[in-house]
Amino acid sequence: MSDEVVSDASAAGIEPVIGLEIHAQLLTNTKIFCGCGTRFGAAPNMNVCPVCLGLPGALPVLNRRAVELAMRAGLALGCTIQRHSIFARKNYFYPDLPKGYQISQYEHPLATDGELAYVADDGPHVVRITRVHLEEDAGKSLHTAIGDSDRYTYLDFNRSGVPLIEIVTHPDLRAPRAAADFFARLRAILLAIGVNDGNMEEGSLRCDANVSVRPAGESALGVKVEVKNINSFRFLQRALEHELVRQTELLRAGGHVVQETRLWDEANGRTVSMRSKEEAHDYRYFPEPDLPPLEVSETWIAEVRAALPELPEARKQRFIRDYGLPAADAAHLADTEERARFFEDTAASAGNPKAASNWVMGEVTRRLKAAGAGIEVVGVTPAALGRLIRLVDTGVVNGSAAKAVFARMYGSGREAEDIVRAEGLSQIGDAGELTEVVTRVIAEHEDAVARFRGGNEGSLGFLVGQVMRATRGRANPKKTNELLRRALTAREAAPRTDE
Amino acid sequence: MTASSIQTIADIRTAMAEGLTAVDICAQYLERIAAHDGPIHAFTHVAKEQALERAESIDRRGAEDPDLPLAGVPVAVKDNICTRGLPTTASSRILEGFVAPYDATVIDRLTKAGAVVIGKTNCDEFAMGSTTEHSVSGPTHNPWDLERVPGGSSGGSAAAVAARLSPIAVGSDTGGSIRQPAAFCGIVGLKPTYGRVSRYGLLAFASSLDQIGPFALTVSDAATLLQAIAGQDSCDATSAVEAVPAFDAALREPVPNPTIGVPWQILEDGVDPDVHTAFSAAIDVLRGQGAKIVDVPLPHAGYAVPTYYVVAPAEASSNLARYDGVRYAYRAPVDAAGADLTSMYDRTRDTGFGDEVKRRIMLGTYTLSAGYYDAYYLKAQQVRTLIRRDYDTAFERVDAIAMPTTPTPAFGLGERSDDPLQLYMGDVFTASANLTGLPAISLPCGYGASGLPVGLQLTGRAFDEETLLRLGAGYERDAPWWRDTPPAAAIRG
Repeated sequence: MSDEVVSDASAAGIEPVIGLEIHAQLLTNTKIFCGCGTRFGAAPNMNVCPVCLGLPGALPVLNRRAVELAMRAGLALGCTIQRHSIFARKNYFYPDLPKGYQISQYEHPLATDGELAYVADDGPHVVRITRVHLEEDAGKSLHTAIGDSDRYTYLDFNRSGVPLIEIVTHPDLRAPRAAADFFARLRAILLAIGVNDGNMEEGSLRCDANVSVRPAGESALGVKVEVKNINSFRFLQRALEHELVRQTELLRAGGHVVQETRLWDEANGRTVSMRSKEEAHDYRYFPEPDLPPLEVSETWIAEVRAALPELPEARKQRFIRDYGLPAADAAHLADTEERARFFEDTAASAGNPKAASNWVMGEVTRRLKAAGAGIEVVGVTPAALGRLIRLVDTGVVNGSAAKAVFARMYGSGREAEDIVRAEGLSQIGDAGELTEVVTRVIAEHEDAVARFRGGNEGSLGFLVGQVMRATRGRANPKKTNELLRRALTAREAAPRTDE
Repeated sequence: MTASSIQTIADIRTAMAEGLTAVDICAQYLERIAAHDGPIHAFTHVAKEQALERAESIDRRGAEDPDLPLAGVPVAVKDNICTRGLPTTASSRILEGFVAPYDATVIDRLTKAGAVVIGKTNCDEFAMGSTTEHSVSGPTHNPWDLERVPGGSSGGSAAAVAARLSPIAVGSDTGGSIRQPAAFCGIVGLKPTYGRVSRYGLLAFASSLDQIGPFALTVSDAATLLQAIAGQDSCDATSAVEAVPAFDAALREPVPNPTIGVPWQILEDGVDPDVHTAFSAAIDVLRGQGAKIVDVPLPHAGYAVPTYYVVAPAEASSNLARYDGVRYAYRAPVDAAGADLTSMYDRTRDTGFGDEVKRRIMLGTYTLSAGYYDAYYLKAQQVRTLIRRDYDTAFERVDAIAMPTTPTPAFGLGERSDDPLQLYMGDVFTASANLTGLPAISLPCGYGASGLPVGLQLTGRAFDEETLLRLGAGYERDAPWWRDTPPAAAIRG
């Protein structure tokens, strides 16, 4: 559907303009303004206290670890960390908002003016980050699945006061798929820096999208619609595609887009109006008087910056530069820290990064995929795999035998060399031994020999295969090739063994 | 010392040294309350059983325990401060039946100091008011004249101490709510520097202005109480790191050659002549003690009340949003016709809050609204800075600034009910200390012609409560007004 939609819209000369607001739960042990735990899945209202229940008289005290993680996210996204930022109250009534306001940051956020630059399948992208700010989550309304849900809504405040960052992008995205791709990259970064667990099903990573359309080439923005309730990359893409079609059709029909908030209805594959601009809340933001301005020192910022791990995009560029890997391979290997480490350790052990890349991208990935598992449960150590690669590079085993060796190594803890020795898998590179086999194969396949001599080069491959068969795959393919060619192109006579 | 003659913390120490127990003291005060609080209505809840239990545990521990500076001393607590196991309603229907599951930090500290919470005291609903008439349980009456208001919003705490129903009390002060009732009831009331005392467990009215402080008959008792509750609290991010000096020791030393500023110009208009006379006489006492009295200009003082009535309602409109009927206390009965969420909110807040609270919520909601924020809230915050600068300039050459606490003595019950603006103007001398965060004390300084007490207010430098207490103690030695007991008091001095 997606490509159709996009080409449809671009045929109409319409371009979508998309910006994202992403809420990510910070991986702290305790809530942002009290000492309650943040563990997901506790029984309802077990992780609560006077502060996160908003009881009369309770006051917030800022969790320093939350600030640190928010700074880490800001720095990873190239933002400037503001030495001085201010918490603000966002006032609105909702039963799961226990104080009647959410403590957030408004005019003076913690981090501003960043960007995420990356190379996607369709080329380089730069998405500017407007801001990253700290805020608290609300509780949860439970409307269903309880005995008397037809009469009552229940409230669970375990999530109330869980620390979040909100990441706001500029409207720099120009296609639904690009938006989904960006969101996936952002998620990978948040995971890589240990700020968020990336779990969209449990709601610890959520996304709202602002989307408008305009005639391609126009620089003024169209009327924007905010789409909420998007909790997967696929939903994001589908919701945006739906909005793109809806808004394009509105304009085509001579109508206009209404500024409003819409909800993604996954069951029906469409967005539905939630509230219009007129119904929009006036949040009456004002500085939170219960919290002094947040001051962070240059030293603290420097410490957080120094502790940042290498990010996937930077790592990918390094793999391309230092190891000469193709971009796609580099991107895959660099995507997570664990996979990258496995690859780099294998490359170091093998002394051959390209071969290491091929093995990790090929056999290792195939194995993990078949098991539906990640690199953390891989059945071979990078050191052992590296030693197998060395056996190939030094001609001890050939490629196809190496695969057989790998199959025996995987999950068994056995060493490549032991397998090769025990199962007689070492390569036959000795000219004498190989020439014997070659002579026999030529003698046994006169037809193929004749075809080759008649100019059919392809027959050579058949004959190589026969040598491999005869040696159970142990023949050195290069040498076999050489010996066969030489024997066949010699005078009519049978090959001379003393050459 | 007999139980029935006890008035101060010093009296309690003496009595206990002579053999009375904490239970004896507690029982004495419970009797006084039972016998005399009826016409005054200082208390909304008397914690009889809990108080006696607590007194017993102090007796077991031993009153001479040096960790118990308030051993066996009853304390009355304004009903907007959370007390575990006792009702905390801020005199509002919307908190009907609410029992806090935790103690405010000040209660925690009072308990550790050996004090006995004897009951909760009446106040204006959510501390909004200056008469203690805006209470769901009815008004408190001034022990000096039962037909008059005790001031507010901490009127119950002030009346309890003035009527000798409790030796000390805690209240909260957002625009004068400790000092004004202290003045009306002829006792000592102190608003500490913002941040000096933890607000954790104080039902917020205006978070940037609220501060908990002591009521007492004497400056020394106020100092002892402040000592027990002051100091940084990890539960309140706005509580201050500044060290708390030993007030008791400091009180014995007078301030050498103090300079006291008086903003004579702002006292020219709107001050009751009796108040002016009593105030001037108090200034003469200070001068006679060696103080140098100088005139100080406070050019922005006239903006304090309008600034206060922008900032305080704005913060209140947000602070009171949590009282929505969803999670605790009062929820308006929902009939079948209007059983949706919005009508539950509307009806709960409409019938749960009183008129004055609703008036301020609406004012504050308006001034924070999109398009008005800059003109009101932001502007008011800027004026706060200007007012603070006036004081900082003055403190370059004076140690304290003296004013009457209020422009008039206590007025009649119901007299100003229909004129909120006139009521608001009564905060003219007190609101500045909240807007600037500076400490201020109200001391009894005599009477008007009608025999009603008048208060002398001294404002000090930030975190310099010590100077105010030393000046106050010095004044009190030559002018011990506190020895007079009001007609409705439990004992006659």
